[in-house]
Amino acid sequence: MNADVAKQFEVLQARAEKVRAEQDRDHKIVIQVGSATCENAAGARDVLDEFRKHLAASGRDDIVLHQTGCTGRCSREPIVGVFVPGRMPIKYQQVDRAAVHEIFTSHVLGGRPLLDRVLDGPVEKVSRHEILYCASQRCGWDERTACGVAMEKKLRERGISPDEVSVSRTTCFGACGTKEVGKVSHLLVRPDKVLYRVADEADLDEIIQRHVIEGKVVDRLKVPGKTVGRKFFEIYGDVAFFNRQSRVVLRHNGVIDPTSIEEYFHYRGFQALATVLGRGDPQWVISEVTAAKLRGRGGGGYPTGRKWAMGAAAKDKTRYLICNADEGDPGAFMDRSMLESDPLNVLEGMIIGAYAIGAHQGYVYVRAEYPLAIERIDNAIRLCREYGLLGKNILGSGFDFDLEIRLGAGAFVCGEETSLIHSIEGERGQPAIRPPYPTERGLWGKPTVINNVESFANVTAIVNYGAEWFARLGTEESGGTKVFALAGRVRHTGLVEVPMGTTLAEVVSEIGGGAVGGKGIKAVQTGGPAGGCIPAAWLETPVDFDTLAKAGSIMGSGGMIVLDETDCMVDIAQYFMAFSQDESCGKCTPCREGTKRMLEILNRVTGGRGTMEDLDRLRRLALLVKKSSLCGLGRAAPNPVLSTLEHYRDEYLAHVVDRRCPSKKCKALVHYEINAEKCIGCTACARNCPVECISGTRKSPHVIDQARCIKCGRCFEVCRFDAVTRT
Amino acid sequence: MTASTDNWEEVQATSREALGPAIVEYIDECHQDPAPAGKLIAVLHRVQAEYGYLGAAHLDAVAQLLRVPAAKVAGVASFYHFFRLEPRGKHVINVCMGTACYVKGADQIAARLISELGITFGETSSDGMFSLEAARCLGTCGLAPIVMVDDDVHAQVTPDQVPIILDKYLRQATAET
Ligand SMILES: Cc1cc2nc3c(=O)[nH]c(=O)nc-3n(C[C@H](O)[C@H](O)[C@H](O)COP(=O)(O)O)c2cc1C
Ligand code: SF4
Ligand code: SF4
Ligand code: SF4
Ligand code: FES
Ligand code: FES
Repeated sequence: MNADVAKQFEVLQARAEKVRAEQDRDHKIVIQVGSATCENAAGARDVLDEFRKHLAASGRDDIVLHQTGCTGRCSREPIVGVFVPGRMPIKYQQVDRAAVHEIFTSHVLGGRPLLDRVLDGPVEKVSRHEILYCASQRCGWDERTACGVAMEKKLRERGISPDEVSVSRTTCFGACGTKEVGKVSHLLVRPDKVLYRVADEADLDEIIQRHVIEGKVVDRLKVPGKTVGRKFFEIYGDVAFFNRQSRVVLRHNGVIDPTSIEEYFHYRGFQALATVLGRGDPQWVISEVTAAKLRGRGGGGYPTGRKWAMGAAAKDKTRYLICNADEGDPGAFMDRSMLESDPLNVLEGMIIGAYAIGAHQGYVYVRAEYPLAIERIDNAIRLCREYGLLGKNILGSGFDFDLEIRLGAGAFVCGEETSLIHSIEGERGQPAIRPPYPTERGLWGKPTVINNVESFANVTAIVNYGAEWFARLGTEESGGTKVFALAGRVRHTGLVEVPMGTTLAEVVSEIGGGAVGGKGIKAVQTGGPAGGCIPAAWLETPVDFDTLAKAGSIMGSGGMIVLDETDCMVDIAQYFMAFSQDESCGKCTPCREGTKRMLEILNRVTGGRGTMEDLDRLRRLALLVKKSSLCGLGRAAPNPVLSTLEHYRDEYLAHVVDRRCPSKKCKALVHYEINAEKCIGCTACARNCPVECISGTRKSPHVIDQARCIKCGRCFEVCRFDAVTRT
Repeated sequence: MTASTDNWEEVQATSREALGPAIVEYIDECHQDPAPAGKLIAVLHRVQAEYGYLGAAHLDAVAQLLRVPAAKVAGVASFYHFFRLEPRGKHVINVCMGTACYVKGADQIAARLISELGITFGETSSDGMFSLEAARCLGTCGLAPIVMVDDDVHAQVTPDQVPIILDKYLRQATAET
């Protein structure tokens, strides 16, 4: 142990804590507004501005505004939290300027929460206390929910109503050890922020008597210290979308201010780094990460510990570390959210990684399309340098490391590691043949370790909460959680973090709320252009690298697009092929030519000109390109075609044999017409037609000019009188 | 050695003028780096941020001052989608064509924009007001479909909102003149 490191760390902690103490937030009313690309798109900037005005006008100095990143509850943004000391934290959804006025006057000033605006509400009443019980793998007596059920029963027996104390289930707080599996349960009492470990019904009685009734903390049962995800659940534990999730990587999202290093320190920031540098043994880090069974979150799933061991064993002592923040999968946004909401956690993971492999220079390669993420990492790097956490002799350990941001420029292939390296070197981002792997010969010919944003973001949790705990969160082969970006035709879009091995159904149906508009889910697309479509019948598949591969798709980086009956699977295959063809760098023939020819065939099929031979040729070509392409882009590009051909051959046949698109998506195969008898002349269709090809006067039947119709389907969607037919 | 050619002073002067002092200063900083050529993409980003596109004169000047072959500069500029080789309109409209947006009807939005503006992807309206581009994914898929105008992200856009959005920028322009 290096005592100097511990001492220096304490000095920094004290410095940060002093800044925080001056703000004196704990005794004030906190109004929390999200600030991330998604929040801003939904209007969070206006909301913040309006709160500022209201706050200034009120002249109150016991109210503070607090900015956080995003929680990942996209479809309900902007989200605003109002935290009054001693009261349940209230979160509001879809707040706009008018709502700000109401929230401010009624709740902040008047103490009356707006129950109809509550996140995932409306709710009828805010209870005085809420008891959240963990129902994850290791909690519970016999049955996982037994403890919660008993608690609820006891409360009611003693005449305590749900209005006063409500009980809900949630997932792992990270308080569990390994010896007590199935013997103890964990309970969080909100808003008092007390976490209890209970072994039997007598413990429950004691909590009810002493805590709920007498208002005293039961010290005997209290779990000391800060556990993972607890802060998050203290704020968001009542929200159904969140309390089925495990918040490990995203534990600070929507909790801390991403631009403040002082807040990061307050939530155990740099504790992991201090532990690692204090031990002074890079090998220990590698063995922990290996024992945690952390696998790369960028898509490949390569064991991170093994990669780091290779980097550390390289002969050349000049080594580099790169964070891959290119997030190229269109439809994935978890890396962006992490970088915008908790950038210091990613940087801390990188510094630890650099120490493990012995690198002194690192790069964060971010796509240029993420300006806010770039700004936040840039700020985080600056703060780390100011605190001496980047640069020379970090925490007095003698270890030097610095970081630089490099921007991508809109090339998907640059997410591939050898292309990424070329791009950092200022070259065109074309892949190179591997081996040699970057760990042997990478950036400027030196050994280089590249990891994904989320891979790095997991490192601090592994060090702080233990490799053993982390490994057991997941499956036999793969530890920890995975963050998915849920989008498409699902009711609740957003970020979902669940333990590895959770079923697709749980993610998409339980947490995601199923398909929008009550239509059935047809498939779930995972892995983006490199992945495939998993049919609804396979929703019980546990999500993990190996199981998704078996289902004909891949885990990918975590993009998950839900498709319903209105989506045509041939169209989806064509969409991804067009993407891959456009992004093919052109270096090798199978990918450059193969993607082009496959796209031509798919265009013929969706255009109603396909033949049975085309389908055979498509399959053969797909297999050939998969086998013979140089890099992962070409090798994975056929996946969407192969998986849809396998699971949805009937749809391909309908296009080819019957010249029909069953989902009515493929434009060449559908026809829109207005039924003059049903049309009442409301003009809705004419106003919405993008090419203005619908004519007619008010109250008289409308007509579509077929020659100009681009078959977008908008008229069909907006007519409320079923007058537009689609055949 | 480039530095010994007769007109090097002159070439440098023209290049400096083409790029402006801020970028020239940045390039000078890049020469402190052990591998200045590695900064090529960063330099091009700055030029595009300043001038909106990468013109032939800019590319040539970057090649001279960063001391990278002109062919390589051109190759890099044309390889990456993010770089524009033509001037763009006053406002750049990016329609997200990523998977989530596509599934949520981005093609309808695109169709409406194309018909309203009378231009297609990659073009600029004749009055120089708008350029239309297709984006890959702007990372706000949960609020699809997305249209980004300059740095403003418009979420959950419907086709009939398109004229309203355009109007906002047109009115801004009239207010300015
Ligand atoms: C075409 C292509 C695109 C990729 N895009 C990304 C990306 O956007 N982000 C990422 O982290 N990895 C991406 N990868 C995977 C990387 O090559 C690499 O495996 C990964 O960054 C390693 O980090 P990990 O081990 O932490 O997953 C891509 C791979 C290919 C072939
Ligand atoms: S597989 Fe495609 S992207 Fe990869 S090197 Fe070949 S042409 Fe380029
Ligand atoms: S399908 Fe689209 S283009 Fe055709 S008439 Fe309807 S709204 Fe207009
Ligand atoms: S929306 Fe329907 S009812 Fe109204 S004018 Fe169009 S076709 Fe007729
Ligand atoms: S399983 Fe309950 S706290 Fe971890
Ligand atoms: S797919 Fe449009 S923002 Fe991601």
